[in-house]
Amino acid sequence: MTASDSAATALMTFADIGKAFGQGASSITVLRDINLSVARGEIVALLGPSGCGKSTILNIIAGLLTPSTGVARYAGKAVEGLNHQVGYMAQSEHLLPWRTVAGNIQAPLEIAGQSRQAMTRRVAELIDMVGLKGFAEAYPSQISGGMKKRTALARLLAYDPETLLMDEPFSALDAHLRLHLQIELRALTRRLDKTLLFVTHDLEEAVTLGDRCVVFSARPGRIIKIIDVPLPPDRDIMRLRYDDAFPKICRELWSLLAPELENSPA
Amino acid sequence: MNHAMKIALRRILIIGVFLAIWEGASGRLMSPFFISRPSAIATRLWSWAIDGSLFINMAITAMEAIAGFVIGGVLGALAGLALGRSPVLAETLNPIINAFNSLPKVALAPLFIMWFGVGYEMRIIFTAIIVFFLVFLNTYSGVRGVSRELVNVFRLMRAQERHLMRMVIVPSAITWIFAGLRLSVPYALIGAIVSEIMASNAGLGYLIAYYASQFNAAGVFAALVGVMLLSFLFNAGIRLLERVLMPWQEVDEQREVTI
Repeated sequence: MTASDSAATALMTFADIGKAFGQGASSITVLRDINLSVARGEIVALLGPSGCGKSTILNIIAGLLTPSTGVARYAGKAVEGLNHQVGYMAQSEHLLPWRTVAGNIQAPLEIAGQSRQAMTRRVAELIDMVGLKGFAEAYPSQISGGMKKRTALARLLAYDPETLLMDEPFSALDAHLRLHLQIELRALTRRLDKTLLFVTHDLEEAVTLGDRCVVFSARPGRIIKIIDVPLPPDRDIMRLRYDDAFPKICRELWSLLAPELENSPA
Repeated sequence: MNHAMKIALRRILIIGVFLAIWEGASGRLMSPFFISRPSAIATRLWSWAIDGSLFINMAITAMEAIAGFVIGGVLGALAGLALGRSPVLAETLNPIINAFNSLPKVALAPLFIMWFGVGYEMRIIFTAIIVFFLVFLNTYSGVRGVSRELVNVFRLMRAQERHLMRMVIVPSAITWIFAGLRLSVPYALIGAIVSEIMASNAGLGYLIAYYASQFNAAGVFAALVGVMLLSFLFNAGIRLLERVLMPWQEVDEQREVTI
């Protein structure tokens, strides 16, 4: 799939999106001229220097922010109000400290009004899926950062949104833990047939996860280039670094990103 | 000897020294007419305990304070939740509520006596009003402090206002509600006792007023000990309720803290 692919089959399209915060002379433009379409089942990494408006794109498609110019469409319809087809996972897990791991995962099922037995079964399934066995009754304050991410991921999957929006969810984790979660996230997204928009400032993470990488300029963010990642869909992330294509694509991304980093304020 | 016992021993020592100085000073440095003496107060308390009047009067004051506490606390929490979640309501009502809150509540007591008579109803309403404002203000700021990101995460999950209330808002605000309740304990007692002093023929406040009018310092002090006992019991009750309603807090307290 390429950037110019037909918008007809696309799940999400961003047409001439621009966004400015504030008014008059003090307004700050964070995004401009964003044109992007994402197909169903695709994993797209949004890569750019911090403050370039990558997260704003997620907020626009989730219906949390309205674009200043242009239209964002989801499944062919312009996004107005909250978009319940998407699930959002941010840097902070936003878990409920007063609920156990199981209780947190159960929250969206309660909202959906499921029966007690159905919820118990589903929660057990999800805990198994994200590798949290034995921690069901722990409170968030008792578990590690990686486990909190797993809990947030299980909660996200519990209400089964067709699209996952992730805003640097693994940035606070160490490299090994991050790699593990990247492997699992990619496998789960593929297995459950989800579409994933993943914001990151880490180019290796973008290559590891993405089918495509969208490279953003420094603020005001616009799309510099959209690159197809030439790695197989069923990639073995553990051995990815042995693949000759990996350093090549990282070099290419770096050549695009480095000038932008020089432009963006430290 | 473990830590808890050491602390308890220190406390007993401090209180013991204080009582000994009081006992020694009474009659030598100051007239017992004004400050009585611990032994006389203990004797008085003992006789009240035997004839049951201590418990009867404590129970009357406790009943008024608890009733006022529950009514004021529940209404205060509900009002705090409603205004905290509705910006329009809050904008409309906040100045009015602040104006009422700035009144010293004790100044309202005579008006309440005029309206509700000198019975227990007046004392309960008076106490409830004092507690209401404290709990309301705490709950309100607690609700306003709920993370809006967290609320958005749940709204994306299709949470309606009732889900948000049950899962997010009330549990987030409950630590604040309890802060308001803890703060209210002495004020609930103030409400009950002040109104008893003004108009009553029973309760610890009545005992204080009665013995003061008889120039009986031992009786006044004995009644004050009763008040302290009551406040101690109230606080213990609140702590117990906190444990039951916020089990996650205990877990957090036991966690080993690092940076």
